[in-house]
Amino acid sequence: MQEGIQCSCCESEQCLSVIRGIHSDDSVEKTFLGNGRNGDKHTCICPIETLVWTNDYTLVQRARCNIDCHCLSMCHCLSMLSCSKQCSYPSIFIYGHRATGKSHVIHTLLKELELPYATVSCVECVSVGLLFEQVLLSLFGSDSASLLSRNPSLSDFVRVYKQLCVQASAKQTRYIVLDRAELLRDMEANLLPAFLRLQELVEDNVTVILLSEIVWDKFRPNTGCFEPLLLHFPDYSKGELQQILSEDSHPSYSPELYSAFINILLGVFYSVCRDLRELSLRLSMLKFQPLFSLPSVKESDTHKLWRNIEPHLKKAMQTVYLREVSSVQWEQQLKMEEKEAGAVRGLSAHAHVELPYYSKFLLIAAYLASYNPARTDKRFFLKHHGKIKKTNFLKKHEKTSNHLLGPKPFPLDRLLAIFYSVVDSRVAPTASVFCQISSLVTLQLLNQVGHDDQLDAPKYKCAVSLDFILAISRTVSFDMVKYLYDFL
Amino acid sequence: MDNIIRKYLIMTLFKYGYIFQVQMILRERFCHQRLPEKPVGMESQHKHLLELLRRTAVHGESNSVLIVGPRGSGKTMLLNCVLRELLEVKDVNKNVLPVHLNGLLQTDDRIALKEITRQLNLENVVGDKVFGSFAENLAFLLEALKKGDRSSSRPVLFILDEFDLFAHHKNQTLLYNLLDVSQSAQAPVAVIGLTCRLDVLELLEKRVKSRFSHRQIHLLSSLSFIQYLDNVRSQLSLPQDFPDTKFYDEWNDSIKTLCEDQLVVDVLQSHYNSSKDFRSLHLLLMLALSRVSASKPAIKPTDLLEASRVCMVDSKANILHGLSILELCLIIAMKHLNDIYEGEPFNFQMVHNEFKKFLQRKSHSIHNFDKPVVIKAFEHLQQLELIKSMDSSTAKIQKEYQLMKLLLDHSQIMEALQKYPQCPTDVKQWAMSAFG
Repeated sequence: MQEGIQCSCCESEQCLSVIRGIHSDDSVEKTFLGNGRNGDKHTCICPIETLVWTNDYTLVQRARCNIDCHCLSMCHCLSMLSCSKQCSYPSIFIYGHRATGKSHVIHTLLKELELPYATVSCVECVSVGLLFEQVLLSLFGSDSASLLSRNPSLSDFVRVYKQLCVQASAKQTRYIVLDRAELLRDMEANLLPAFLRLQELVEDNVTVILLSEIVWDKFRPNTGCFEPLLLHFPDYSKGELQQILSEDSHPSYSPELYSAFINILLGVFYSVCRDLRELSLRLSMLKFQPLFSLPSVKESDTHKLWRNIEPHLKKAMQTVYLREVSSVQWEQQLKMEEKEAGAVRGLSAHAHVELPYYSKFLLIAAYLASYNPARTDKRFFLKHHGKIKKTNFLKKHEKTSNHLLGPKPFPLDRLLAIFYSVVDSRVAPTASVFCQISSLVTLQLLNQVGHDDQLDAPKYKCAVSLDFILAISRTVSFDMVKYLYDFL
Repeated sequence: MDNIIRKYLIMTLFKYGYIFQVQMILRERFCHQRLPEKPVGMESQHKHLLELLRRTAVHGESNSVLIVGPRGSGKTMLLNCVLRELLEVKDVNKNVLPVHLNGLLQTDDRIALKEITRQLNLENVVGDKVFGSFAENLAFLLEALKKGDRSSSRPVLFILDEFDLFAHHKNQTLLYNLLDVSQSAQAPVAVIGLTCRLDVLELLEKRVKSRFSHRQIHLLSSLSFIQYLDNVRSQLSLPQDFPDTKFYDEWNDSIKTLCEDQLVVDVLQSHYNSSKDFRSLHLLLMLALSRVSASKPAIKPTDLLEASRVCMVDSKANILHGLSILELCLIIAMKHLNDIYEGEPFNFQMVHNEFKKFLQRKSHSIHNFDKPVVIKAFEHLQQLELIKSMDSSTAKIQKEYQLMKLLLDHSQIMEALQKYPQCPTDVKQWAMSAFG
């Protein structure tokens, strides 16, 4: 009937799955299936061959990747990986924005094609020993890591690897995947160049795949190194993001409503952030709103739904996006909102309400001391300041506006002088006032500049923002803007 | 009908098998850096090194030499070819002991000494002995290599990869001792260093430098473009011993026409102009090879063009493509600050100020975002290392006032703007206006 053709990699006599691979045309497939040896289906034990050689996009689905948007990058990755008995390039560097699917695609490919690999995330490796252990464990089994000494150096790792290689020689290329590879630069200086040429050092068929957010130019050591193959994972377009986000829809909503909802969400958040992880987090928080179940509004009434949800999205941008409120708190506060009309407040809103009266004035005085130049104090704080030439006084350049350059340090005496003139009642210079200055430093509303042991003339800097100090001065009914040099 | 399909499929399968073998051979050449029969363009260096090593191996003369050349120029390849030729002689093969040390792995003299002991298989001999100094240890090892009649020691070839890294060890003990042994008449030793730094001799201490023979072999590639093209053709061609002669002829002919194609010549010329070394060539050819498959069993000129494009792409432009509009506006504001203040460092407040001016005056499409949201976008740019903080001091400065520098070029930003998807026109106009 049909000659058995040898598959050149696994050397087994079969032709079915291989032929099925080449032609996705069902008619041809059926003919051959019928003529097969006893109708059995021998699956080729090296499936990667079929995928690589045909470069057929339909086959890529066999790896069961959900994301269609990755076809092109996946095919590039696929073509770099090698079949059994073949070599692969010693190191591959894959870069792209966060949440563009780099780890996902690589891991799925390696797992589905059943290639031997070890994956390590460099964030978890506080010391290099952990990195080496994990690699050896994944590639050679659980008793291999015991061969490493307690504080292994790279030399030990290479020696143990060579030893284990001799015992378990590879027919297939081994892969080592290092995630968050930018952290390798901060570890020992010889680690990154050694990993890039690991194939040469251990004399084994191994490929190191580095995944990172940062471009390769920032990795290169001073005297150069072995240049890896660079692959870029492109970011998602707006349409692709919409497609991905609409994949897990809640069963109680119709798909059109859900995609309209995603459209609105993207419209608000897309110009700020394109990170898929952040967006899906927003989505999961806003998804289970009771907003949709308003009885008076039908599903098709999108305009009313938009008006309903818009303030929530805006609030989400201020609080949840900035991670000032956790998702649990967000849900609770939304439930409370139905009963009371309270605003969802972030962490920073709570900071100023608990300061005592004199502390608030001390802080105001500190802000004025930081942001007003010393020569202008006379004009602001003395009751009879006499004549001051206007030309010298009003010479300002926009760049040197103190609000753009940052706070300046001031001595304690100046702070106290301004404080006494700003506070309306008479205050005695007791220890309680000085204590409050120290507690402001502890709260990090003031920063101490200079050495700790300068006891007679300590210097400080004010560390609060303009909005914050305006809010405080409003609570003590002090007109702040009148006293600021930059707003003259 | 059946038969025709079957014949076609069988032929494809056979071709598929051949393509597999082609891939295997070529991949080994490009990825595994398989040694060629004879290294190209290095005849005189090859002769020199061979002669030197032969004198050590056969006549017992001690030598030291440094092979200097930029990365990817073939230093390890040259050395391995010479060693292969040297070890073909039976006498030499029995006697000579090569010891391979690498500066990346042996970061310490102690580790290096352990590695030498291990490679000379003298671990049992050393056992638990404690030595006073490095020199004693090394002398003991060399003594132990003496042949049975105690007349002379076996010649040892010390090969030091990344030689410049050894010069950073404390007191350069290893280098001093090895070179000392090579100068004195203790044992026939050859010290061969490979390094990419041209100024490696300045790194050596005076006493080490004086013991070095100052013999350097430079591998500065001197290929002309014609030779380069020839090299490409020979790298891509199949070897003589390929099983199927018909396929062999087909493939080699297609490679020949490929190398004569004008498009390909242009691509190779631009590569040649930027770097002549073998490694970047292998990278390019590997990228082109990855597009070969059973359905496309030949390398076409467009493959090489595509591979060249991938090699020469600006990675930062790719990253800029994925930024959000807010982040892009911040970058344009920074660009304007750089233009106005001629590259002086800026802080977040200044950038925010510029951005607010743009929003007030010219923008229709960008929403007015809250300051914390803008700070988050700024921090994202910092994470991507597109901006860098200038001061590394530990003084506490608020993060809005920390001075930063933009690590992008004017032309990179403008180019990225052209390619940015759905960029609003007012943003583009703002970028192109002179002073913001």
